Amino acid sequence: MGKIKGAIVVNTDRCKGCNLCVVACPFKVIALTKEVNVRGYNYVQPVLEDACTGCCSCATVCPDGCITVYRVKE
Amino acid sequence: MTRNEIIKPENLVYKKPTLMNDNHMHYCPGCSHGVVHKLVAEIIEEMGLREKAIGISPVGCAVFIYNYIDIDWQEAAHGRAPALATAIKRLWPDRLVFTYQGDGDLACIGTAETIHALNRGENITIIFINNAIYGMTGGQMAPTTLMGMKTATCPYGRDPQLHGYPLKIADIAAQLEGTAYVTRQSVDTVSAINKTKRAIRHAFENSMEGKGSNLVEVVSTCNSGWKMSPVKANQWMKENMVPFYPLGDLKDKK
Ligand SMILES: Cc1ncc(C[n+]2csc(CCOP(=O)(O)OP(=O)(O)O)c2C)c(N)n1
Ligand code: SF4
Ligand code: SF4
Ligand code: SF4
Ligand SMILES: [Mg+2]
Repeated sequence: MGKIKGAIVVNTDRCKGCNLCVVACPFKVIALTKEVNVRGYNYVQPVLEDACTGCCSCATVCPDGCITVYRVKE
Repeated sequence: MTRNEIIKPENLVYKKPTLMNDNHMHYCPGCSHGVVHKLVAEIIEEMGLREKAIGISPVGCAVFIYNYIDIDWQEAAHGRAPALATAIKRLWPDRLVFTYQGDGDLACIGTAETIHALNRGENITIIFINNAIYGMTGGQMAPTTLMGMKTATCPYGRDPQLHGYPLKIADIAAQLEGTAYVTRQSVDTVSAINKTKRAIRHAFENSMEGKGSNLVEVVSTCNSGWKMSPVKANQWMKENMVPFYPLGDLKDKK
């Protein structure tokens, strides 16, 4: 059985910086940036990419559907 | 394995539901409405009912739901969504007809329409977003506001001597002969969201099978009205709302 690896893509323009996904991620993969997007919100970006398992917790709790998740078995 | 090797169409496991369009939603950051919108869009897509679904939008923060989910919609006068849903479902019995309403819309100005539509056993689903407050108009007390809870119109906290007691709509609905399925759920965690998804799907299936009326209450947050961060609002909801509005099925007629 190979290791499961995940990766996420954040629609940073759509993100409102609510932080719900950051709290929901079991592996602290994502964090809010200091920079703001076109609407003036701090947005979410992966900071610990290697730890992502593609579990979809972040994407599931995001009220604005900003996160797309990919997963593979190595 | 590099990021680019993982991010390929064949490895996709989650994306925004296709029926939810790219319009920017006007909701405050972290508002529960968005989470429930996603579920509604996902379920209609999964049930293959895009062409058959007709939603009724409320007066309240969710008034613009018709701008975000690409199905047919009707906008109702404040609180009258269940009456409109009744008419539409009777005219088009093969359609999936549902309302999406806040607690001010459903449990205050629209209490009569809600109770009577449920009691008549109309083959509709009512999705009830209970955030214990009038979100849209600036956080006034609702019939669902908890005892002691502070709002713009009860700044010292809700006092039953002055304001009466919070109304448990789902408990009333469960007593009515016409209801097939009554449940109370939440959307604060992944497992809660998955349960709410199953509940809405079950309600939609009942509506299509003509089993009677269905009420899915979602105990929600209004972080702006409650004046706290979205993360704090979820915690507050769990600690204060859930003890008074316990989660789970209240009725599921076989
Ligand atoms: C006939 C009428 N009365 C009052 C209002 C003002 N009003 C607009 S939304 C609302 C209540 C919204 O609260 P809720 O239904 O709980 O929705 P939320 O915004 O919390 O999701 C009220 C009283 C109105 N628009 N029309
Ligand atoms: S998919 Fe799971 S592990 Fe990856 S960022 Fe999202 S919550 Fe974290
Ligand atoms: S949950 Fe969605 S909107 Fe909120 S910070 Fe995360 S990506 Fe942004
Ligand atoms: S006012 Fe409350 S219910 Fe309305 S969008 Fe903001 S958080 Fe959501
Ligand atoms: Mg409300």
